[in-house]
Amino acid sequence: MIIIDAFILIILTSILLIPFVSVNWKGLITVSTVMLIAVLSGILAVESMSGNNTSILFKGSLVTGPISVKIDALSAWFILVINFTCVTGAFYGLQYMKAYKTQNANIGMHCISYILMHASLVSICALQNMIVFLIAWETMALSSFILVIFEYTKRETINAGINFLIQSHVCILFLTVGFIWVSMRMNSYDFTAISLFTSSQPIAAANTLFLCFFIGFAIKSGFVPFHTWLPYAHPAAPSHVSGVMSGVIIKIGIYGMLRMLLLIKVDYLAIGYFILGISILSGVYGVMIAIIQHNLKRLLAYHSIENIGIIGIGIGIGCIGIGKENNLLVLFGFTGALLHTLNHSLFKSLLFYCTGNIYQATHTLDIEKLGGITKILKHTSFLFLIAALAICGLPPFNGFVSEFLIYNGLIAGLHDTGKALLSSVVVGIFALSLIGGLAILCFTKAFGTVFLGTSRQVFYQTPKEASIGKLIPMYAIVVLIMAIGLFPMVFVKSLSLPVSLFTSNKFLLVRPEFQFINVSLSMIGIWAMAFIFLVGLLYLMRWKMTLNRSVNYNTTWGCGYFSSTEKMQYTASSFVRAYRKLVEPILSIHKNKKPITEIFPTTKCGQETHPYDLAEKWFIDYPINRLKTLLNMFAFLQNGQLQFYILYGVSFITLILVVPMVLNYIFLLINFFKSL
Amino acid sequence: MISFILIILTSIFFTGILIRAKSKAAGRKGPSILQPIKDIIRLFKKGSVFSTTTSFIFQIAPSIYFASVIMAIMVIPLGTYKGFISFEGDFVFFAYILGVGKFFNIISALDTGSSFEGMGASREALFSMFAEPAFFILLGSFALLTGHSSFQEIFLSLHFGSYISYILGVLATVVLFMIALVENSRMPFDDPNTHLELTMVHEVMILDNSGFDLALILSATNLKFAMYGALIANLYMGSFPLYLTIPIFFGVQLSFAIAIGLLESFTARFRMNHNAQYILILSSVSLLIFLGVLLVLGQFN
Repeated sequence: MIIIDAFILIILTSILLIPFVSVNWKGLITVSTVMLIAVLSGILAVESMSGNNTSILFKGSLVTGPISVKIDALSAWFILVINFTCVTGAFYGLQYMKAYKTQNANIGMHCISYILMHASLVSICALQNMIVFLIAWETMALSSFILVIFEYTKRETINAGINFLIQSHVCILFLTVGFIWVSMRMNSYDFTAISLFTSSQPIAAANTLFLCFFIGFAIKSGFVPFHTWLPYAHPAAPSHVSGVMSGVIIKIGIYGMLRMLLLIKVDYLAIGYFILGISILSGVYGVMIAIIQHNLKRLLAYHSIENIGIIGIGIGIGCIGIGKENNLLVLFGFTGALLHTLNHSLFKSLLFYCTGNIYQATHTLDIEKLGGITKILKHTSFLFLIAALAICGLPPFNGFVSEFLIYNGLIAGLHDTGKALLSSVVVGIFALSLIGGLAILCFTKAFGTVFLGTSRQVFYQTPKEASIGKLIPMYAIVVLIMAIGLFPMVFVKSLSLPVSLFTSNKFLLVRPEFQFINVSLSMIGIWAMAFIFLVGLLYLMRWKMTLNRSVNYNTTWGCGYFSSTEKMQYTASSFVRAYRKLVEPILSIHKNKKPITEIFPTTKCGQETHPYDLAEKWFIDYPINRLKTLLNMFAFLQNGQLQFYILYGVSFITLILVVPMVLNYIFLLINFFKSL
Repeated sequence: MISFILIILTSIFFTGILIRAKSKAAGRKGPSILQPIKDIIRLFKKGSVFSTTTSFIFQIAPSIYFASVIMAIMVIPLGTYKGFISFEGDFVFFAYILGVGKFFNIISALDTGSSFEGMGASREALFSMFAEPAFFILLGSFALLTGHSSFQEIFLSLHFGSYISYILGVLATVVLFMIALVENSRMPFDDPNTHLELTMVHEVMILDNSGFDLALILSATNLKFAMYGALIANLYMGSFPLYLTIPIFFGVQLSFAIAIGLLESFTARFRMNHNAQYILILSSVSLLIFLGVLLVLGQFN
């Protein structure tokens, strides 16, 4: 109780304080507030993770009814994930925003929004009252909108921001509809009403209600085809905001889904297949389209969609497990999904922070223009490499652990029975391995062209490595990435409580028949360490053995050609050209080709590709264009002449007055005829 | 443990036998079977030339590549004998640890800033990406068939009871054989003997490696061959005693090497831009195995 009061008090004081202090203090206040929020909510969360749920009932108001605040293990897990990324984001942002020091008012707004966003994210995980939940959700949407449009003078930023704002509100619309449906029937705004409502209704109603919530949360988390805001909002936002957005804001959608799965007694088998299907689609589509992007942040944004897909595959497997009463599936599915939520928030925020460093050093994010910056940005390239390996799910990093769990979930599905399960599981395995392969293609492209080779453009300002203040939060993330990769058991064990919410059986992990999971995971940790050790040993041997050998440095072998220029390097586009040719029929890529026509070409020749999102084309642009055509037919009404507008007003009033009168007369006439 | 030693042993002779088979088919006498390993030893003793374009990636990549192959070999069992690494779902670890090596191999090629090496890297990344699903579906089908999910248990309980399961064994051999060819960049997908950089895949990626690093990469390739050979050999071992499994192991490795040699002598390389489709066919063969497994298990009744 005291903690929650302190929580609210701290937020209010700092928000009131920020507009009146200097720029330097604004940043410091924000960071310390975020830290305090994290500590306060962290205390409650850690308590819940050890089994003591916090549950407080506030009196509330006439409108909201009693407000229940409850932190169970699931909320606690998400609160901890949110806190870590928000804190690193705040520290990173403190340094990142130094470049914009002159925009005093703008930074004030940004700081307030950051605090509000963090606070609302944490509250969403704890609130159990529909109206207050929606208020927190709206606060989150609005504050993240303001965070995104920090550089509001740029046209594309504002466009992306408005796109995000509208889509967030479509999401809220779906949630509101779901909540209204329940509260109208049950006369209560508490979340328990949802369970009561669905258990008294036929299963179809429960499924429909869940789908309504699912669409709402899917827009937030970016499942295909609801993902179209994501690739715009991420590049537009400042890097620490993109990191936090991709790291935790889209995960709040996953939290919502899991919460609804706990509350609504749906047909778990059907819903499980549905989630599995849509997740496979998101995963494969996300990475397929990520590969052909030219903007580094957009590429990462599409990777978020892919990773949401991987999380979704875990959730789907878990749901099928509940439906089939197969505890192994539940355990693997939900543990994998929850762990991947943490993992993705770590390496994706790290990748975005690295992108921030690149952007502030080179002032571009176009992959085709970068190159060779590993020699300048040594730390950044090392950090990016670790994050890239982790996101590809490669050992000895954290991504492998969660993907391993999800793979094992799929394999466990193979040991169950039923044609539907077996075939969907095989599709899942196919998709997951394809995603893994494509991710390697994508990140070798990104890392290879951005950091390696020689620079592809002249920098008018020599790029500089990021300051130590930026690097510290990034290395903090790396420590956690390595910790999960090397000691996966610790993290998986702490997940046993959140996962056990989904089954009636507590403490699945300690049961003897599931002991092999412990063995597998500790083996992964041990052999990951052995791998690092082996690499170190080999490198040491190499160093020792080549100590007295001759070492020459020369230009790269160019097949006898010695004056190769940076233009002759393989570019990102050419690196993925063979792939692009293959997927061109499925994806929509606009090409702009200017071939060489004369023997001595005088005009500039070249080729441009503009990747376009088919889902966006059919689900967003096409309906909007249709709507525009329809509404354009009435454009003549808006002719800008005042007398016409007055005429519209007069005719409207006349119509309102005359129509009932005329109708009245007609009725009278009809009655008169009837009486005849 | 025993499989690890056997694979290391085989890797010494593997490429030699392969080259000998090729030269016999071409009517030449051919070099000694030990020639490839002698070359590698000589390379280990040599100094190196590095490109000025390269960074730390180029220095560490060969070591990581070699280490990843060693780790992958540790997973391979031999009949009833487990590998060093054996746990439920170890084949996922196997595939992903090889992925680490691949990742570093590709970025080290991009590190040189050469157009040729970028080309090779691009092809290698694409081809191995398409080979991955085939491997997973194959192992998934075996997991379904046997009810286990670690290499050793799968291979141990892989009994060829009915006619269909014989077909499954043959198909699995084909898939593993082809994956080995893709991963080692051999003939129908890549021509290691081509003299033109434009038509190479793997060879062009390591153009700038020299001395110790090149030796590491070449021996990793040999090890990879023996590793896939061992996987194929494991298909036919079941729970035989050791005095039977070791001859089976060497027999399979020998015929594997000779088969590659003969294949290289009598086929031409696929068209480069059609390679990806050919490799994707592997996944469909794996799916066939999956359907076969469903048939064996009576899921269609």
